[in-house]
Amino acid sequence: MKDLLGLINLYEDESAMGPLAGHRPLAAMPYAGRYRLIDFTLSNLVNADVRTVGVLVRDKYRSLIDHLRSGKEWDLARKRDGLYILPPAHSPAAGNGGDIGNLYFNLDYIYASSEDFVVLCGSQTVCNLPLDQAFHYHLSVGADVTVIGRDCPDDWQGPCLTMDEDGQVAALCRPEEPSPYDIQPMGFYIMSKSLMAELVRRCAAEGGHDLFVDGVIKNLASLKVCVFRHTGYVARIDSIAAYFQHQLELLHPSVWQELFFRYGIVYTKVKDEAPAKYKEQAVVKNSLVANGCIIEGTVENCILSRSVVIEKDAVVRNSIISQNVRIGSQARLSHVLCDKDSAVSAGRCLTGALHNPFIVRKGAVV
Amino acid sequence: MRKKKTIAMILAGGQGTRLGALTKNIAKPAVPFGGKYRIIDFPLSNCSNSGIDTVGILTQYKPFFLHSYVGIGSPWDLDRKDGGVFILPPYTHDAGGEWYKGTADAIYQNIEFIDQHDPVWIVILSGDHIYKMDYSRMLEYHEAKAADATLAVIEVPWEDTRRFGIMNTDADDRIIEFEEKPAKAKSNLASMGVYIFRWQYLKYYLVRDAQVADSAHDFGRNIIPGMIDSGQSVYAYRFKDYWRDVGTVESLWEANMDLLSDRPQLDLHDPDWRIYSVNPVRPPHYAGPNSRINQSMVSEGCQIFGQVKRCVIFPNVMIGEGAQVTDSVLMPGVTVAPHAVISRAIIGPDAVVQENARIGGDGSIALVVQDSKPARKGVKP
Repeated sequence: MKDLLGLINLYEDESAMGPLAGHRPLAAMPYAGRYRLIDFTLSNLVNADVRTVGVLVRDKYRSLIDHLRSGKEWDLARKRDGLYILPPAHSPAAGNGGDIGNLYFNLDYIYASSEDFVVLCGSQTVCNLPLDQAFHYHLSVGADVTVIGRDCPDDWQGPCLTMDEDGQVAALCRPEEPSPYDIQPMGFYIMSKSLMAELVRRCAAEGGHDLFVDGVIKNLASLKVCVFRHTGYVARIDSIAAYFQHQLELLHPSVWQELFFRYGIVYTKVKDEAPAKYKEQAVVKNSLVANGCIIEGTVENCILSRSVVIEKDAVVRNSIISQNVRIGSQARLSHVLCDKDSAVSAGRCLTGALHNPFIVRKGAVV
Repeated sequence: MRKKKTIAMILAGGQGTRLGALTKNIAKPAVPFGGKYRIIDFPLSNCSNSGIDTVGILTQYKPFFLHSYVGIGSPWDLDRKDGGVFILPPYTHDAGGEWYKGTADAIYQNIEFIDQHDPVWIVILSGDHIYKMDYSRMLEYHEAKAADATLAVIEVPWEDTRRFGIMNTDADDRIIEFEEKPAKAKSNLASMGVYIFRWQYLKYYLVRDAQVADSAHDFGRNIIPGMIDSGQSVYAYRFKDYWRDVGTVESLWEANMDLLSDRPQLDLHDPDWRIYSVNPVRPPHYAGPNSRINQSMVSEGCQIFGQVKRCVIFPNVMIGEGAQVTDSVLMPGVTVAPHAVISRAIIGPDAVVQENARIGGDGSIALVVQDSKPARKGVKP
């Protein structure tokens, strides 16, 4: 896809992620035992043969840059093209403002790339997406903008794209009467680079903040905006409960298979950990286990990230344990989310709920 | 250019005939070990962790996989502007060209390469052994002894001495005699195939040995005895840690099983001495609802629905419901169909074990290999 430039937009709403996004952007949140959220978007891009990717960062992005480095793990460390970090001119106050300021500041640079089309993406949607098919669709229907979306889930409270009789986007709204044709946007949309530049300049001049809302949606009357429907598995990470529950969905082998293999594999930073070690007392059922773990206790319905240690007689159920966490002997955990480098002392008993997991913060010892 | 004081040369051309079908298409250093590694990862990681950044790899037998595996050396942090990793297969020149006729001849034929780097010391390594060793400490010892050559040695059980090159030393650990596979050994200090030489000395002996028509051109049989006989100071460096020559199916199996003890002598989880390798890009492995996994190592990309006890499981292995696998090594991409029973076996890369099959169990270690490369299969429960 030599003609498609990828822009990963980290101007995302992190407010619902609480302490988990306190020191990192949503894109750098750990996911599925060895990944960070941005890995899924980056992999979708490179699996569609996108060769230039710009990451529009906003704030607290040290951990993200440490993760991405040269882009080598995604085969994006290139002499020409490859991975670019696009910082804003001034760090905005956290959670304030949209992507327009950054896009406008970096527009010269983006415009100078050799690609004619651009796909704007976020990191909030975890999926294995055939972006090349979406791009072909965009070209074949002659759309000005193609939004990638899926059928609105029943429990979705947010805005939907409603469609007109020609199959074009009519509005972004919360419809009073839900229709089976309503589409939930997934945060990916494609347009030509020249249109993007025009919309960014117009928004900047008129005081708009958000390219999608103030650029695309406000101009629906003059633009042909089509939808590419994705029918596969999608996890939308918009709350702690969603972050927790969607990861546990990976314990279904069919979801594991689809997310990690369907249209290409998911790349991430390599850590050179030894294979996971199961000791004599280990009892592990229905769980995902990353390399580097040492398990001596009982683990059920869990996701264990790299280098987690579960000591003897500890019982961990329905929990997500991030990298480098030690669970002490005889500790009992149920519905717990342990962030990186934390530890649970021997004998402690922690209980959360599926909709409200108990959170152990990064680096904390409880 | 910054001058290289030390460079390493890894002898990786061996076939490893006693590994049978495992080395039909790959050289012994490329044989999988320890749930995700290849044997050559150990000397390469040791070099990287010891601060040696210039490494020549001498290949000869079935080198294709090894060449692509090593690549430009980035997994071991050996992709350097100055130095790095160099693959050195036999080559031709204006006077002809020959295969490497022995370990010493392989180095002899690359004198030009080594001279380009103009090192003070040269570390000669074997690509066949499993161990973690800081070569920089051996080099300190070599310098402290003002030795011309230093050989790493390890105490082996007396009954095994006839399988090794055995050193007889004086009270100061200076080697007075080197016996290759002696019938009646006088010492149990075995050579580990790790040598440090002052390059100019070694070069002299290599050139001299190359003129000897009936020489085997071998370090153990010709070069080192020659140095000792000429009165050069050759010292033994005692290594006390884990070291294994995994030259046979049995010893390869045993060394894998060694990793499964509660506190293995070879600690692969040590963050200060990582063993680097080419990592497959795979998700964490999945242990199914009825799986039972104990005393085992399991790598990424696996799906395990059956029972696994005392096993080393490489990436992308699929073990079906009701299968029982004990005391075995399953190499990358193996599929074990439901209700198969495997014990005391090594299952080679991409092999498929059929439903209800029975493999191994008694006596020697069973070896199952896939005849030809199968079509890429989907991983399904």
